Amino acid sequence: MSVFAFYLFAISVIAGGLFTVISRNPVHSVLWLILSFLSAAGLFVLLGAEFVAMLLIIVYVGAVAVLFLFVVMMLDVDFAELKAEMARYMPLALLIGLVILMQFVLAFGAWESNAAAEGLRLQTIPVDRHNTEALGLILYDQYFLLFQLSGLILLVAMIGAIVLTLRHRKDVKRQDPVAQMMRDPAKAMELRDVKSGQGL
Amino acid sequence: MAEFFIVNPVGMGLLIVGKIFLLVIPLLVALAFLMYADRKIWAAVQMRRGPNVVGVFGLLQSFADFGKYIVKEVVVPAGADKSVFFMAPMVSLVMALIAWAVIPFNDGWVLSDINVAILYVFAVSSLEVYGVIMGGWASNSKYPFLGSLRSAAQMISYEVSIGLIIIGVIISAGSMNFGNIVLAQKGDWGLLNWFWLPHFPMLFLFLISALAETNRPPFDLPEAESELVAGYQVEYSSTPFLLFMIGELVAVVLMCALISLMFFGGWLSPVPFLPDGIFWMILKMGFVFFIISMIKAITPRYRYDQLMRLGWKVFLPFSLIWVVFVAFAAKFEWFWGIYARWTVGS
Repeated sequence: MSVFAFYLFAISVIAGGLFTVISRNPVHSVLWLILSFLSAAGLFVLLGAEFVAMLLIIVYVGAVAVLFLFVVMMLDVDFAELKAEMARYMPLALLIGLVILMQFVLAFGAWESNAAAEGLRLQTIPVDRHNTEALGLILYDQYFLLFQLSGLILLVAMIGAIVLTLRHRKDVKRQDPVAQMMRDPAKAMELRDVKSGQGL
Repeated sequence: MAEFFIVNPVGMGLLIVGKIFLLVIPLLVALAFLMYADRKIWAAVQMRRGPNVVGVFGLLQSFADFGKYIVKEVVVPAGADKSVFFMAPMVSLVMALIAWAVIPFNDGWVLSDINVAILYVFAVSSLEVYGVIMGGWASNSKYPFLGSLRSAAQMISYEVSIGLIIIGVIISAGSMNFGNIVLAQKGDWGLLNWFWLPHFPMLFLFLISALAETNRPPFDLPEAESELVAGYQVEYSSTPFLLFMIGELVAVVLMCALISLMFFGGWLSPVPFLPDGIFWMILKMGFVFFIISMIKAITPRYRYDQLMRLGWKVFLPFSLIWVVFVAFAAKFEWFWGIYARWTVGS
């Protein structure tokens, strides 16, 4: 049963990835990418890493891919021009891809993992604990400082993005909710008796 | 015979399918009557009669509507992206339905008793936005597109505060499984042991965020009929529209179930001398649904900038501070340990 599920998810991860690349429509690409993410989450569930699977869905599919979709939907892409551009840069792209592939092959070919790390890999899931509990213990007990540090790096990135894009434009009218709440009819309106044929 | 369902893979599959039908069919039938109840409550607030023609007191109105939707013609806009156009309502309905797999109705009455149940519901409800975005984009029309953009931003914004509120409850219960969350609320004091009391302000925040997340009034901006006609649903007719409508309502009822499980003790009895049972769960869900219907009837629609301000500048900081507070209160067992229920039960 789980073998069947594995092949189902594995095939849909690969198919999703493939169609992400070859789809003509960028929005379809993102949708295939989402399928790929979901299937990867399924693979995590099969591995017994249910917490990571749920986080993958919440973070990548629920937030990141929505933003992708958002941006891609708004883009006005000219496909013919894009195709011509692609043909021009194809040899260069192939060259770069080949170089990166060679580097990966060289790096991972010479990879020798530590015997202790190998032992750890065989028992990542403690039998007496839930997946979530085990992750929490590792993150918040053993690697507490590193975890906080990575959070800090993310915070700095976020502040940086806000600082770069925040502009206070003076020429735009803004809604001021406090002022709107504080308005009352007595100050906002004035009732007058208008005589007919005269106006104010 | 019993062995067939436990050992044989085909039998196991059949058993699971049977359980799914046992869950989904009563859910959809109940939904038809909830739709009727929603309209009746709305009518009563506005001193109208509401549906009263089909069946006794109009009870069969929803079924008549369903039949009518199904026999109408499906119209597809000329420039529409057909496959995505038809996928969108299906995504909307399926995402709303699969979340019910982990919702328990009584002690152990649950389709799939997984450890990360609450995260699963959160993940699935964050996928619901795709139905709306895909529908709006695939229609190839201005109003649906605007509606879907609005709704995507709205749903993502309110998911953040829903997530933080859920974290507070998880800290108090010490588990992410709904069964354990409910059992953590069990105690000698009946309804005073439930999480609505220690997590009091969060109950309202969650209710309001749930309204925004499910695009219910007063936050129905994606389909604001006065500005966007009907938002992402404009180009949909017949059965696809019906799927959208059912999906939306299933999501609302799911939020009712979440509120009653997380804050009102699920199937637990409010007073010690009455037995626990599924009827409490259904009663509580009905109560929350009534509140949501009333809110629909009595509140005016929010403006878009007000909605965003409320989500990011009010709810997010407040729920974040609340998580920190709950964490401290649970760790040091302040207030007689009401925030640290994991020390009591299980």
